[in-house]
Amino acid sequence: MNALPSRKDEAFRYSDIAALGEIWGALATPESMQIAAQQKVQQIWLPSDKEIDVRRVEMTLEAGASAHIFVLATASRYGRIEVDVTLHDGADFQFDAAIIGVGDATLEIVTTVRHVEPNATSRQTVRSVLGDTATGSYLGKVAVSRDAQHSDSVQSVKAMLLDRGATANAKPELEIFADDVKCAHGATVGELDADQLYYAAARGLDPAGAKALLLEGFIGGLWDSVDGDDQGIAALARHALKAVTA
Amino acid sequence: MSVNVLKISNLHATIADKSIINGLDLVVPSGEVHAIMGPNGAGKSTLAYVLGGRPGYDVTGGSVDFDGQDLFAMEPHERAAAGLFLGFQYPVEIPGVSYLQFLRESLNAQRRSRGEADLSGAEFIRLAKAKAALLGMDAEMLKRPVNVGFSGGEKKRAEMVQMGIMDPKLAILDETDSGLDIDALKAVGAGINSIMRAPDKSVLLITHYQRLLDYVKPDRVHVLSAGKIVRSGGPELAHELEREGYAEVAA
Repeated sequence: MNALPSRKDEAFRYSDIAALGEIWGALATPESMQIAAQQKVQQIWLPSDKEIDVRRVEMTLEAGASAHIFVLATASRYGRIEVDVTLHDGADFQFDAAIIGVGDATLEIVTTVRHVEPNATSRQTVRSVLGDTATGSYLGKVAVSRDAQHSDSVQSVKAMLLDRGATANAKPELEIFADDVKCAHGATVGELDADQLYYAAARGLDPAGAKALLLEGFIGGLWDSVDGDDQGIAALARHALKAVTA
Repeated sequence: MSVNVLKISNLHATIADKSIINGLDLVVPSGEVHAIMGPNGAGKSTLAYVLGGRPGYDVTGGSVDFDGQDLFAMEPHERAAAGLFLGFQYPVEIPGVSYLQFLRESLNAQRRSRGEADLSGAEFIRLAKAKAALLGMDAEMLKRPVNVGFSGGEKKRAEMVQMGIMDPKLAILDETDSGLDIDALKAVGAGINSIMRAPDKSVLLITHYQRLLDYVKPDRVHVLSAGKIVRSGGPELAHELEREGYAEVAA
């Protein structure tokens, strides 16, 4: 087993190292997902009920394969989702993730998306809602190799802070060696809109109900493209939002 | 009926320490429609927001009795549950939240606070469709996010649909007629009449122009100037204002 990382390691810059240390010895090697050429996969990653919840995945998408991952991170103490994806010719990676944190939770999503061959596409959308003194972080690296022309990648990161002590970190990172690519990224951190809150109040919603509804709108769009059974991810997210706004 | 649903006494209010409402008195009995007219900057919208409890609008003096209760003792959502409806001059967009969900949760929050049972999804949709039809609005629009992509006229119609769904005792409509074409104006006027013309309901209609008053015949017309009611009269006062301008009539 490797040594426990420290905050000097870029990928653990915002981590709860003490919490990580408690499970480090027992941490399994990253889960491996190989998606064969032209195959389509959808996965829904629900939070476990553990207070420390770490999931690490290494994924390879062969030519023309596609993967759509839906993620909900709500661990009560420390949650980390770590994904390393390699995209071959024309592969497509879609990642829709919500981070909902209360108390003093530290939640993070760390992704590396490697466009190693031409024509691959990747889209990552991360929405965070943070209350109390919770911290939510997204560190996302998109690496485009010299031969990976016509790569198309998007990262969209938005965070909503509900209390003064809450923290959001967003660090989209691009490393591009090809010259004909599209790589877009955007990150915002904000608060709930006062006009929207008042409009909801004027229609009869109490402050907690108004907040929960607006936040559901902020998060809810993530699950719109789930194909078939959503395995309860929307309901779990709604439940977690109620806890943040209570 | 001679019960006063709204009784405003010597009201003073400020925004950012600037005095906007300066000793306003107004009584609206049950079953009546009152119009408030006045030039820009008279305090019309401020009055609406003060009554609706919008943050940033500070009451510095006077009192408002709403249906026997102290209005200012209630939070904005409690005022709604008590039967006050505020129609917005600029309805707010809420991306990601459908109109159906927004209104169902709002209405059920009001009902719960009055000790009434929630409406089921089916019951609510039936109600929403009926009120949309009354206002000539395609009920499919209620599946869209709140006001997102709505034209000015569609937003105002949607406000009236909301009023129909909430079924208030008192509606304060802040320039509901601004930005409407003639057809939308007629539809909104007819909507106000069909929803709010009842012995136990009242309307405070805030407007710049006499146009809407052709469709919604007011019982009383008040002229607001520099934060006070400076003249009150019957419906003919609106015509006089239209003819002669505020400067003449308010003087």
